[in-house]
Amino acid sequence: MAGKTNRIGLELVEYKGSKTTLCAGCGHNAISERIIDACYEMGVDATQVIKLSGIGCSSKSPAYFLAKSHGFNAVHGRMPSVATGAMLANKKLIAIGISGDGDTGAIGMGQFVHLMRRNLPIIYIIEDNGCYGLTKGQFSPTADLGSKLKTGVVNDLPPIDMCALAIELGASFVARSFSGDKKQLTALLKAALSHRGTVMLDVLSPCVTFNDHEGSTKSYSYVKDHDEPLHDVSFVPYFEDIAVEQEPGTAREVTLHDGSRIVLKTVGQGYDPTDKLGAMRQLLETSRRGEYATGLLYVEPDKDDFCTLLDIVDEPLASLPLERTRPGKQALDEIMESLR
Amino acid sequence: MAPTGLATQDEPVARGSGQRVVNDFTIQVATVNGSGSQTANLVLIRSIFQMGIPVSGKNMFPSNIAGLPTWYTIRANKSGYIGRKKEIDFLVAMNAETAKEDVLTLQPGAAVVYDEPLKLNALRTDLKFYPVPFDKLVAPVCPDAKLRRLVRNMIYDGVLAKLLQIDMGEMEKALMKQLGKKAKAAQMNMGALKAGWDYAEANLPKQDNFYVEPMNKTQGMILIEGNAAAAIGCMMAGCTVVAWYPITPSSSLCETLITYMKKYRVDKDGKATFAIVQAEDEIAALGMVIGAAWAGARAMTSTAGPGISLMSEFTGLGYYAEIPAVIFDVQRVGPSTGLPTRTAQGDILPTALLSHGDTKHPLLLPCSVGECYSMAMEAFDVAEQLQTPVFVMSDLDLGMNTWMSDPFPYPTTPINRGKVLDEAKLRQLGAQWGRYADVDGDGIPYRTVPGDGMPPYFARGSGHNAKGQYSERADDYGNNVDRLAKKFDTARGLVPQPEIQWNAKAKIGVIAYGTSHFSVEESRDQLRDEHRIETSYYRLRGYPFAESLWEFFDKHDRVYVVEQNRDGQMAALMRLEITPERLAKLRNVLHYNGLPIDARSITDDVLVQEGLKPAVPAELRHSMVGGSTPAAGAGE
Repeated sequence: MAGKTNRIGLELVEYKGSKTTLCAGCGHNAISERIIDACYEMGVDATQVIKLSGIGCSSKSPAYFLAKSHGFNAVHGRMPSVATGAMLANKKLIAIGISGDGDTGAIGMGQFVHLMRRNLPIIYIIEDNGCYGLTKGQFSPTADLGSKLKTGVVNDLPPIDMCALAIELGASFVARSFSGDKKQLTALLKAALSHRGTVMLDVLSPCVTFNDHEGSTKSYSYVKDHDEPLHDVSFVPYFEDIAVEQEPGTAREVTLHDGSRIVLKTVGQGYDPTDKLGAMRQLLETSRRGEYATGLLYVEPDKDDFCTLLDIVDEPLASLPLERTRPGKQALDEIMESLR
Repeated sequence: MAPTGLATQDEPVARGSGQRVVNDFTIQVATVNGSGSQTANLVLIRSIFQMGIPVSGKNMFPSNIAGLPTWYTIRANKSGYIGRKKEIDFLVAMNAETAKEDVLTLQPGAAVVYDEPLKLNALRTDLKFYPVPFDKLVAPVCPDAKLRRLVRNMIYDGVLAKLLQIDMGEMEKALMKQLGKKAKAAQMNMGALKAGWDYAEANLPKQDNFYVEPMNKTQGMILIEGNAAAAIGCMMAGCTVVAWYPITPSSSLCETLITYMKKYRVDKDGKATFAIVQAEDEIAALGMVIGAAWAGARAMTSTAGPGISLMSEFTGLGYYAEIPAVIFDVQRVGPSTGLPTRTAQGDILPTALLSHGDTKHPLLLPCSVGECYSMAMEAFDVAEQLQTPVFVMSDLDLGMNTWMSDPFPYPTTPINRGKVLDEAKLRQLGAQWGRYADVDGDGIPYRTVPGDGMPPYFARGSGHNAKGQYSERADDYGNNVDRLAKKFDTARGLVPQPEIQWNAKAKIGVIAYGTSHFSVEESRDQLRDEHRIETSYYRLRGYPFAESLWEFFDKHDRVYVVEQNRDGQMAALMRLEITPERLAKLRNVLHYNGLPIDARSITDDVLVQEGLKPAVPAELRHSMVGGSTPAAGAGE
């Protein structure tokens, strides 16, 4: 008996990957599940998706979703450059990059910075647990000041806020979420799939083995207790033209390039995700309180992405025939004449 | 054994003996960096070239933007020798700082054009001196005092035209070509050229015996730098993605490529059939190339030694995940920052084995601008056929200096994109296909490209099996790296093949590669003409080595491997595969002082090793012009 199918006639199971080898209960597995859900619900053609990662627990996870997609497990911290090359070669692909807080914030900081700056079309996800899981729990650069290791060692350096950095650097869609918040994360991922440009999604994803104890600010219970959603996020894709009933003044809508809409239902004070300065202030204020502001932090739907900026032809460069890429004899003759 | 009893002798031509020396001399212009001497020097070399005489130009410049000494050497040679010659016949001394040392190192009989206030004629009595009051001459032709510094150099071109009998019409033509449409600049420079010529005619009677006479040896030829030649080759190869990071001496390769791509690879609607990115560093540059090539593009980058060091990790990934990449290494002097503006072949061994674990990479070894062009195209084919990073090992001498060449032929063959799985092949192979399965027995698997609808795979630098799945199994690991070794054997026939000149009478074989080639050819003539020593010649054009290399050892008693580094790096690569019998025949000829290798140094070294000449003490061997140049930060 056929199960439920999505708009391109595929079942959810067709978006799955291999069996995970990460620890039971790892936040990263939940993120993989949300990616599967989002791609299924959006009717994404997985053969046109590329999954890329660096090195670490997070970077293993692309094997655990979208088995129909090509994957690339690059070197530590250098996935952004590989993704950049791949998207230039074929700008029609959808790139999902999975990194970790060490892979991005430490060894990969240089490439991360320039990826954000270029606004490359990619969904860049940091599976953020504040530690190096695969080497058994050392602090990473997103570990909070005063947070404790299992061994009792206290972190004495301030954390790097990857979201604040991404906003500052020019990413055009910056969000933070929590691996345990199924609804918010799925909505943000679906919105990310409709955005053209760099999506930087920092997902707090507790490491159940090395960073889930009392005294850690990245434990499941700490994050759950200190999660401060800025709004209630829902997403209306362009192909589901549903009017969302809202009481005036209680929600804000952002329309993306393809006509899809992000609906942000106000929680507490109103929040404007198109206000760069406001976003930075919000991040600073929440972190000062020891809380995590989650939701859509910043969005600039119409900013040119890197491929547009380079004014590349419409077809993928990778499949241009030789007639298009080798100038004729006349061109070479002209060059030779100029050198005589 | 080589014939004994041959006297070691100096160069046979008696310079300065009163006999006319035609089309066989070297001019060295010593100036200050940033003084606009490049235009004057290019006009000089071009005008001699236009008169049909074989020329080569070598710019020896400091790692600095302005203010430090620079030497430009032009060799005119009727026999067509275009390697560097050590001896300077004609010095143009414009730099007060180096003038004394420049004059003191000349051979007797040489001529010196110098800035009159430097009073260089007091230094020696065995040279021919031509004082020129440059400041006095430049004032009338260039009323704007601020521009005089830039026009002043054109005066020595005029003086040399008169003294050497270079056709003024050719000089003017060369100047127009150099300055193009800049009418005001052309007019002022033309005035300076004329002023120099007039001054020489009125005040400088000919004392030396060097002359230029028209020949017909450059008909139809071009003048170009190796980096520009490589850029044209990349464009013609259908390269679509370029990522690079500025570094001397490779920057002009990608910069020239940008210029040509913008002109010839933009569609009518203004959209580009390429993407070029100036990356944040060399690591990212190669990462982008590997990402692009994985996604099906023809992609390249260009760098020099320090960049090669940084690319180590990604090169290992490209090797193990089997992704094509074309990397140009325009070699400069190392180690570390080294001498950024001087030439060497010092990256051979580390590049061939770049990255950790068991890795080895194909090298292409161009010796000429023509090969920079042709091997650029070959490199993409080899990289895609082998699905691995390949390196084109150019050097500063080749990449940045001006070389004459036959015009480049338009490519007549289609490109070879290697084994990319398509539906027909997939149907044929069925379950046999695996991303890393060797179905053809040559070690090369079939790849698929993201988005092409063929079966996906997971590219990774971690252990994997023939299907591309993560694996730490001993048998999977062993099978995979053994297959990679087999693939490297296949590469022997895919990289450019050697050029061999067998000489049945020769007991000595010479092996060389890259820019050593021209000096080796000249040295072989010197050995034959001056010492009656016959040699065979094996010019390496690619790595891994072809089987013929070992045959070359077998056919000769002694084999000299000539290269421009301290440790005999190519010979070291040979040692990895050589038999003890052949090893006993191997000798090194090494040149590593930052200057391009010259024929006389090779000849002398061979003679010493043959027991025909006493050895020169090491401290003299390494003396080099410009050795006292102070350190500076730019150009790195």
